Amino acid sequence: MYKQPSFWLTLIALVVFFAFISYAQNNFDAYVIRIMNVAAIYVILGVSLNLINGFTGQFSLGHAGFMAIGAYASALLYMSPELKAMNFFIKPLIWPLNRIQIPFFPALLIGGLLAAGAGFLVGAPCMRVKGDYLAIVTYGFSEIIRVLFNNLQSVTNGPLGLKGLPTYTNLWWSWGWAVFTVFFIKRLIDSSYGRALKAIRDNEEAAEAMGVNLFYHKTLAFVVGAFFAGIAGGLLGSLVMTIDPNAFNIMLTFQIVLIVLLGGLGSITGTVISGVLIAVLMEWLRIVETPMKIFGITIPGISGMRMLIFSIILMISVLFFRHGILGDREFSWQGVISFFKRRQSNRGG
Amino acid sequence: MSDAQASACAFSSGGVLMNLTLFLQHLANGVALGFVFGLVAIGYTLVYGVVKLVNFAHGDIFMMAAFFVYYGIVLFSFPWFLSFLFAIFLTALLGISIEKVAYKPLRNAPRISSLCSAIGMSFLLENFAIVVFGGRQKPFYQPAVLNKTLNVWGVRIQLVTIITIVVSIGALFFLSYLVYKTKMGLAMRALAYDFDTARLMGINVDRTITFTFAVGSSLAAISAIFWALRYPQIWPFMGVFPGWRAFTAAIIGGIGSIKGAMVGGFLIGMISILLVAFLPDLAGYRDAFIFIMLVFVLLFKPTGLFGET
Repeated sequence: MYKQPSFWLTLIALVVFFAFISYAQNNFDAYVIRIMNVAAIYVILGVSLNLINGFTGQFSLGHAGFMAIGAYASALLYMSPELKAMNFFIKPLIWPLNRIQIPFFPALLIGGLLAAGAGFLVGAPCMRVKGDYLAIVTYGFSEIIRVLFNNLQSVTNGPLGLKGLPTYTNLWWSWGWAVFTVFFIKRLIDSSYGRALKAIRDNEEAAEAMGVNLFYHKTLAFVVGAFFAGIAGGLLGSLVMTIDPNAFNIMLTFQIVLIVLLGGLGSITGTVISGVLIAVLMEWLRIVETPMKIFGITIPGISGMRMLIFSIILMISVLFFRHGILGDREFSWQGVISFFKRRQSNRGG
Repeated sequence: MSDAQASACAFSSGGVLMNLTLFLQHLANGVALGFVFGLVAIGYTLVYGVVKLVNFAHGDIFMMAAFFVYYGIVLFSFPWFLSFLFAIFLTALLGISIEKVAYKPLRNAPRISSLCSAIGMSFLLENFAIVVFGGRQKPFYQPAVLNKTLNVWGVRIQLVTIITIVVSIGALFFLSYLVYKTKMGLAMRALAYDFDTARLMGINVDRTITFTFAVGSSLAAISAIFWALRYPQIWPFMGVFPGWRAFTAAIIGGIGSIKGAMVGGFLIGMISILLVAFLPDLAGYRDAFIFIMLVFVLLFKPTGLFGET
């Protein structure tokens, strides 16, 4: 492994990337940093959903639910007891949550693990439930989470949500987790587990006949995907500083599905590109919601226009670019090297 | 569920024992709501039966129907019954064009593509409604003729409830005539049974699918009108929950079966009303109950109550 040039190239790229992150964290404008944070969270969400939808072929619409679990669990752990007392003014928070406070990182991890547990619960019935039905069941799960969080006043503060969360999320946390997610899922995909997952996607019966344990592998995909969704939820909560159950609705899941579709089902590289692209695009599209002047004519900003354009892009990409940006191709150093070699030989010949 | 909640409050605060009148009142509401859900569920079931596609946009077609009525009255100042007919016609057109634009090009693509297209269409319609109609709630026109409360042996029933039940039964009879007695219905059933063989037998696939979408969407429009007469606030997301509950109803009853969709709709309608009426503390968990029921049905009888294997 250490002898291969790709290992060293990856290492150098990572060092350069994190040097850039460290520079950005200290020198960039707060607005740009925020967009970069959102981009990292989108990358985590997109890649983890791609593991379930793209690589395993199980159409899941439950990502918002996993995020909600991660966001609430971690927020309830890292908030200070005073802040909790301020938030829970209708009904006090139950013991022992109202007393404890733990650092950000373990809180995130616990949030992710709880989401992974929920991922197991959702993934387990997917032996019986397939295709469209699975989409409905997973959607139903995320709705149940939303309804529960709206009603469990003494645990989640109900529809009021949690406000004034401390901002721990910075570029180190968000991009650190994003890079970890990409590497973890890349390693998983390239292992024997990954081959089993793809076999399930391509032909479930054939995979089972070849000795792939369907239950184990499908559940694995759900658990891993849900874990990272939970982490992303925790990061998002600490970034936007306020969470409420209705923020984690089906629209959020649709956005993540769009990221996966745009990038290409079954391509991690594509998902990373589209995650960043969507984060930037969503900010840039705010232009259409502010009043503007073109050739002396004032066009009033229409709120909601951003989402309309967004959904038109979604429809166009589904109808005309079914394979997304990269299809199921991946970036690899070998590919880059052979690309340059070919160019050189072309020039020479 | 304003009416049910109101009577539930009277029930719990007054300390009156559950009496027959109150129960009958809730029952009538539950039956009417059951018909509304049933009609929407039939839209899902017909489309799923013929093209094997979950039409995620069906709930939003339902929402658009309510807005068509609203604009028919406000913009063109149609009389209300004309506006209702106009909305049903436009909604059928909308259903047909959604099929042409979003589903037809993907008919031979992998299932996941058409599923995404359906989700995208639902997303698009909602955002379109927000931009064009505005995100705020709008009052739905209540014809004075329909806005009456009848007193049948002490049971107070809204006239709308009775009309909902009568019109729905009429629509059902008409539907079963269409599906079981006409050539088009035969073609629909043949496509549902075996798509490729039916095509080989010379059935005009495109026309049949268009017809299916038209029928499903007009049923959605009818139920949207009754829904809006009952809960007279319309807004871009009003279709989401009725849509999902109706879809749940279609699955519980067995997707592809009209009878099943009706029974499922009844079940969901009854649960929605009776849960709020008699266990008001758990009312917030209503949708959680419905979805848990769905998961259990899928786990233990994946084809639903009346579905064929």
